Amino acid sequence: MIPVLLILVPLLTGLVTFFFKDEKMARSWALLSALLTLIVSLLGLAVLKDPKYLAQQYEWMGSINSSFSVKLDGLGQVLCLLNAVAFPVIFIATWRTPYQKANNFFALMLLMQAGMMGVFLAMDALLFYFFWELALVPAYFLCSQWGGPRRIQVTFKFFIYTFVGSLLMLVGLLYIYFHTKENSFDITAFYHASLTGKEQNWLFWLLFIAFAIKMPIFPFHTWQPDTYEQSPTATTMALSGVMVKMGIFGMLRWLFPVLPDASFQWGDTVSTMAVTGMIYASLIAIRQDDLKRLVAYSSIAHIGLMCIAIFSVNNIGMQGVMIQLFNHGINIIGLWIAIELIERQFGTRKLSELGGLAQKAPGLAMLFVIIALANIALPLTNAFVGEFLMFTGIFSSKATYYNVWLTVMAGLCIILAAVYTLNMVRKVFYGNTSVAVANGRDIRFNEKFVLGVIVIIIFWLGIYSQPFLRITEKVSADITNGILQKNEVIQFLRK
Amino acid sequence: MPVNYYIFLCLALFCIGIVGVLTRRNAIIIFMCIELMLNAVNLLLVAFSKMHHAANAAANATAGTDGQLFVFFIMVVAAAEVSVGLAIIVMMYRNIHSVDVNFLNRLKH
Amino acid sequence: MQNALHIAWLIPLFPLLGFLVNGLGRKYLSKPVIGVIGSGVILASFVMSIWVFMQVKNGNTHIAEYFNFINAAGLKIPFAFQLDQLSSLFLLIITGVGFLIHVYSVSYMHEEKAEHFGRYFSYLNLFVFSMLLLVMGANYVILFIGWEGVGLCSYLLIGYWFKNDEYNKAANKAFIMNRIGDLAFLIAIFWLIAKTGTVSFDVLFSMNGITKLSQADITIITLLLLAGATGKSAQIPLFTWLPDAMAGPTPVSALIHAATMVTAGIYMIARSNILYSLSPFTMHVVAIIGLATALLAATIALKQNDIKKVLAYSTVSQLGFMFLALGTGAYVAAVFHVMTHAFFKALLFLGSGSVIHAMGGEQDIRNMGGLSKKLRITYITFLIGCIAIAGIPPFSGFFSKDAILLSAFEDNKILYGVALFTALLTAFYMFRLLFITFSGKFRGTEEQEHHLHESPPAMTIPLVILALLSIIGGWIGIPEALMNGGDKITEFLSPVIPVATGEAVSHSTEYGLMALSTGLVLAAVLLAWLQFRNYQRREATGLGKVLENKWYVDELYEKVIVNPLRWMGGFLNSIIERRLIDAIVNGVGRAVNYSSRQLRLLQSGQVGSYILLMVLSILLVFVFQFFLRK
Repeated sequence: MIPVLLILVPLLTGLVTFFFKDEKMARSWALLSALLTLIVSLLGLAVLKDPKYLAQQYEWMGSINSSFSVKLDGLGQVLCLLNAVAFPVIFIATWRTPYQKANNFFALMLLMQAGMMGVFLAMDALLFYFFWELALVPAYFLCSQWGGPRRIQVTFKFFIYTFVGSLLMLVGLLYIYFHTKENSFDITAFYHASLTGKEQNWLFWLLFIAFAIKMPIFPFHTWQPDTYEQSPTATTMALSGVMVKMGIFGMLRWLFPVLPDASFQWGDTVSTMAVTGMIYASLIAIRQDDLKRLVAYSSIAHIGLMCIAIFSVNNIGMQGVMIQLFNHGINIIGLWIAIELIERQFGTRKLSELGGLAQKAPGLAMLFVIIALANIALPLTNAFVGEFLMFTGIFSSKATYYNVWLTVMAGLCIILAAVYTLNMVRKVFYGNTSVAVANGRDIRFNEKFVLGVIVIIIFWLGIYSQPFLRITEKVSADITNGILQKNEVIQFLRK
Repeated sequence: MPVNYYIFLCLALFCIGIVGVLTRRNAIIIFMCIELMLNAVNLLLVAFSKMHHAANAAANATAGTDGQLFVFFIMVVAAAEVSVGLAIIVMMYRNIHSVDVNFLNRLKH
Repeated sequence: MQNALHIAWLIPLFPLLGFLVNGLGRKYLSKPVIGVIGSGVILASFVMSIWVFMQVKNGNTHIAEYFNFINAAGLKIPFAFQLDQLSSLFLLIITGVGFLIHVYSVSYMHEEKAEHFGRYFSYLNLFVFSMLLLVMGANYVILFIGWEGVGLCSYLLIGYWFKNDEYNKAANKAFIMNRIGDLAFLIAIFWLIAKTGTVSFDVLFSMNGITKLSQADITIITLLLLAGATGKSAQIPLFTWLPDAMAGPTPVSALIHAATMVTAGIYMIARSNILYSLSPFTMHVVAIIGLATALLAATIALKQNDIKKVLAYSTVSQLGFMFLALGTGAYVAAVFHVMTHAFFKALLFLGSGSVIHAMGGEQDIRNMGGLSKKLRITYITFLIGCIAIAGIPPFSGFFSKDAILLSAFEDNKILYGVALFTALLTAFYMFRLLFITFSGKFRGTEEQEHHLHESPPAMTIPLVILALLSIIGGWIGIPEALMNGGDKITEFLSPVIPVATGEAVSHSTEYGLMALSTGLVLAAVLLAWLQFRNYQRREATGLGKVLENKWYVDELYEKVIVNPLRWMGGFLNSIIERRLIDAIVNGVGRAVNYSSRQLRLLQSGQVGSYILLMVLSILLVFVFQFFLRK
């Protein structure tokens, strides 16, 4: 019941939103819908915890053995909660941002939410693919209709990247489908598909590239800074806060358990790519002048760490990834909100044109600094717990020989993160007020409220993250042990 | 008469039709060429059905008649098509005061 | 029944509350209220700390577990406090000295606007909170939380006057340099988890934990921890942030240098003494780094002209001494020196603050001189501080430094020689500072001379208290040679830091060493008096110039590390990202675009050409069907 509601609420309300004429109405309706989704998601988390409420299966396309099968497990719960928290926050934070044809904008946003919900809930490969595309299509329109001056070119790039990825994934999924017993799209059938080592190898790359583009990791990342920069900020928040998690999620649910041997064998290659990407993105971030691009590159670095942690196949690290998915989403949405506020208040988001904001907007400065510090994983903020667990996992990994080196190289990014984050804070908030800033003022109450909520979540999960760790305990252990058991022989030989 | 003669005759008619369609610019002539191609095929159908009938008449008295029937159908459809086609040509003439198909290059845009 | 010490969570809670109240309410509270709250919470912690100390002194130690900070997949890290001899001693130092600095700040910062005044005190409270977390943590992770916390607070306080971009850069530098050390610390923690599965002190330092570590593990872990400590405690190679940290208000410098932050590294190594003792190699490295830092910083301090910079380098140098002590196995001596150093360095910094206050913000000692007449209390207390740091008996610095020198002597004669030489330099530059500042003629402007005044009681009373402590603070560690049972601190700390059972030097040698160091120090003081009692401004040349420019270490780092990194960032951004990867992606797009433009030419719109194409294609199919398909 819960999973179906989670998908239907945004889907139906989203379709209805198209017909609203009044901008205010569309806005309120969208916010209401997002809040409703949040309530449903919390219900599933706290009240209706019985498994019978959390899984559902309907006939869909019987002839090809695909069913509408959705389930809310630990991993899904974390991500659905993130998705459900993100949208109300986004809507409140951008309450005053004007949009042309607001009804279409909000309708597409809600459809995107529905699509992402579906991705996190689907237990059927065809359904998964369906929702994957459903989440992407609104994103194209949002970016190309409401984006910045270079939007057409950028959307084109975004489209090519993600479309190539999606097609590769479709080919991979179909190939696996034909190698399951009785040709079924069901997830358990996929988990037991009979594939030779060679088939696994190239299937791995088909699926991996699709997910890697979405995450994104080096060198499939160049769509991201451009898209984040050109999209309307509300869309950027949804993209970076929630949608990039689809890539990680896809790896956890559809790549690792399906192709355990290949995932295990390609671990070192992927980790090397990811760690290169981390350092690469961090170094580039140091030189960015645009706030949005800076945060975009920092996001690439953070996602890279998650990727390494996944491929280190370690239970501690895996749990770290799962809670970090949530934490990173919250933090980066907070950063985007702050950037949106800066841009709206002061008319620019160039580091070189900003300065001395702390004098004009002390409230914003305080909240922004807290979120920025959470982004670089200072202890007692949420990201610390996640990154600590991930690093521990990477270091203790038995899946690779290079665990120490990976830790050290990825650790360098902790330092680089401090460099670019503090530079950003210094240039934006400290020093003397610049011309652009001179006429600004502090943010309004509702904006403070949203950022305040995010800060509270940051501290709450930074100090006491047990609830999340408990939710993800089982699913993480399942994934890790599944791979480790299948690869016991390989491991034995390696030793 | 061997069926080969019919085939060659039909082929010749059909090719004349094609060449006519390709080379002429007057819509009415093109239209006539199309009809010519259609009738070439009709003739072929009749010829084959006769041949069929001659070969199987002993076993099946009605063998090959379906081909003849088919031709009637095609002629009916062709008649309908002619009326539509001529209507289009008339409309075309009203619009551009010419029946030269080279003026009809709107598909490019 | 629960141990009485379980309520020790109150100790860090008070400063945290102070932080929240002052931080959130800074716009609504008046300055006196902020001051009272800010200092009051630290006083409350101090009172609690005294109670804890008495409990511990009576033999009651306790590990208080509150909740699970992390409990995932077999890794359990409780949020727990360890209350034992070492932490209770540090609690006293932090809250005690911290309280005096808070009181002093109320008066020192009185010109700030209420809003910024509140911000200042909230940061100060947070600083103390983090430091308390650091020393109370019962495992490396909780310790690390405090560890990063003090780094953050130092960042916030150094950049307190955020309108000045130089200060902000100093703040960034402090934080980033600390983070470099923190990374090493983190890796050490991961290493411990990977090998032993725990980070709790009580398990790690028992046979259960130690036996899971090989000799190589211990050496690497201790080296990594050391790297972490060099960041926080400003040792070679990560020491350059500390002198720049003078950008913050003077009481902050006192707090960073005396009570919190820089002592963290010493505390951490003293806490891990069991691991360190098992790795002789690391011990040598610690001793050499410590001594090299002490010497380097002392030479730089000789030629500095900023009153706070001299003190900053003296801190770096004294920390080097403490590392030397740690490296030679004299953990108690290191902790002892932390304590005495906290007293006299806080005194010296607050004294210098009083001077700067009187001079209206002037920090260059070349523009001072003859202040002893106008600033009596400051002068006397400053003099006491100098005597204490120089190590003249019976002031506190003598006893702790003597313990360090003795331990160096037992370890290695060369170490001892260099250490002694550094101690002489210390005496020399401290008294140089004293004489240039307080004796001779006043060299500042008329206006400054007119403005000169002694500071208000809120500033002088802490000075007097600290001066008193600087005199008597050393008396809890009088060597056995001088007084039987005088070495109370070793005895007190013995449950945490086992007493070395090695062969001690004879009492007569000890007397000789004490006499030697005291005599030489007095000679150094005399030399300083001769040279600087009537100081005249001179430009430094030759080696002096190199020293004045701090051996050009900052410039070296800038050229070797910072610039290449910036260059790399630029290169990757403009060449690889734009010209390579993006070009490939855009190239694909452009190729598709181009080919479609070419193909479009076929669509002429002429029905005839379409039909021709159709016919040709059909012919082609026929040809293919009949002739090529064989």
